Amino acid sequence: MTEQQMITIINDALVEEFELDADEMQPELSIYDDLGLDSLDTVDMVIVLEGAFKFKIREEAEIKEIRTLGDIHEFVKRKLAAEVN
Amino acid sequence: MSSNDSVISSTVPSSPITSRRVVITGMGAVSPFGPSVTELERGLRAGESAVRYHHEMTEIHGLRSLVAAKVVGIDPKQIARKHRRSMSKMSIYAALAAQEALAQAGVDVEMCRSGRLGVSLGSTVGSTEVSQAFFEDYLYDHSLERMKTTLFFQLMNHSCAANVAQTYEINGRILAPSAACATGSQALGYGYEMIVAGYQDMMLCGGADELHPLTTATFDVMHAASTAYNERPQLTPRPFDSQRDGMVCGEGSGVLLLESLDSALLRGATIHGEVIGFATLSDSTSIANPNTSMMAKCMRQALADAGIDAETVDYVNAHATATAQGDIAESQAIAEVFGEGAAVSSLKGHLGHTMAASGALETIATIGMLRDGHLVPTLHLDQVDPQCADLNYVRQPQQKNIQIALKNNFALGGVNTSLILRRYTSD
Repeated sequence: MTEQQMITIINDALVEEFELDADEMQPELSIYDDLGLDSLDTVDMVIVLEGAFKFKIREEAEIKEIRTLGDIHEFVKRKLAAEVN
Repeated sequence: MSSNDSVISSTVPSSPITSRRVVITGMGAVSPFGPSVTELERGLRAGESAVRYHHEMTEIHGLRSLVAAKVVGIDPKQIARKHRRSMSKMSIYAALAAQEALAQAGVDVEMCRSGRLGVSLGSTVGSTEVSQAFFEDYLYDHSLERMKTTLFFQLMNHSCAANVAQTYEINGRILAPSAACATGSQALGYGYEMIVAGYQDMMLCGGADELHPLTTATFDVMHAASTAYNERPQLTPRPFDSQRDGMVCGEGSGVLLLESLDSALLRGATIHGEVIGFATLSDSTSIANPNTSMMAKCMRQALADAGIDAETVDYVNAHATATAQGDIAESQAIAEVFGEGAAVSSLKGHLGHTMAASGALETIATIGMLRDGHLVPTLHLDQVDPQCADLNYVRQPQQKNIQIALKNNFALGGVNTSLILRRYTSD
């Protein structure tokens, strides 16, 4: 999977789950202030990402540090790389 | 009084007093005829049937009734995702109906937040569709790891009431009555009493339900669902008719904004009608079978609550779902209380039985009849069942000046309700 493929999977999953605008999924956007997610949504976001990538991330401490869409991309990238290694 | 004091006094609920008049200043409907009160009244007055055959019901083993009255023409995305995420279909129907009622009443967000406005809104059960989806997934591998945070909010018993309050930022009291087919009218009655007693100045009241094949199956197993009209769906159900063979399940939501007369007059609201009496009781003779004397008792209690005689009632909007026993029992109870005086019709022939929504949707239609002097007949009542009592059945649309109506609903579980409604006049 290329990085762009991974980003597409993440963005598509979030667009569908949270009814976001696919054309405005810029990595610098705050998931709270710009995308409008709240605490319930971020729990569901983890479930959506687990479903999309077939991994388990809910216990990862790093999730709490996620602020932007780009943070999600980076987090998933590290997680997938760690699984390969 | 300081400026802070005046702010506080305008935002706390008024102190309880007694015997305030209660009027209706807003109405909203999501029904099998469409997403508005206008659509509801249009369908009823055109004598249309919203009942359709649903082929997908043939896939359910053992289900004999394949007809239903489903909601059409709504756009759930009118509700922001933030609010919609905690809603099943029934809450979506309720929220859309509430939106229409609040808009018609001219109630803005400041009034919603004032604490003077509460919600009384119920359903028969939590969403069966949501339960099914969850358990289908859960039973696959007994894992809860795919469970979303919003599941509970879609399933909880007060989901409709809570979701409506959240969506419109209503900060008053919340009631979520659940009394099967009497839910809508019981919610209206309890809201009415809340205003009469002075605990709230306004109550957003009604009921909502979404159709699931299990709803139909519930009545089918009791031999109370219509099964002989699958190929002629628009001829069933047939309240009071000799050829009736049971009810047809439907769905939707009716919501009415009840308000103290003083509050409505103070803010210059348009008044559509008045609630002047209510009664509800438990018929403990059977959890399933209707009982004539307990139905009559409920109607008499409502008349007493309104302080009126039976002779003053012009019209009875019957529960009459087209079951064999229910229609006979109710007709006899109406005869016992009203003789052949009051005109009588049921709207189930048009709408099917919209369950928890039925009391509210049928009250909205009745308020329209009082306002416009128009009586909607019972659809498909071609030949009155000789076992039903002799009544003044409305068989054709009638223009008639009517002032007072009684609205019945009777529920499985032995819950009887009767509301008394009056045409509003300013003098």
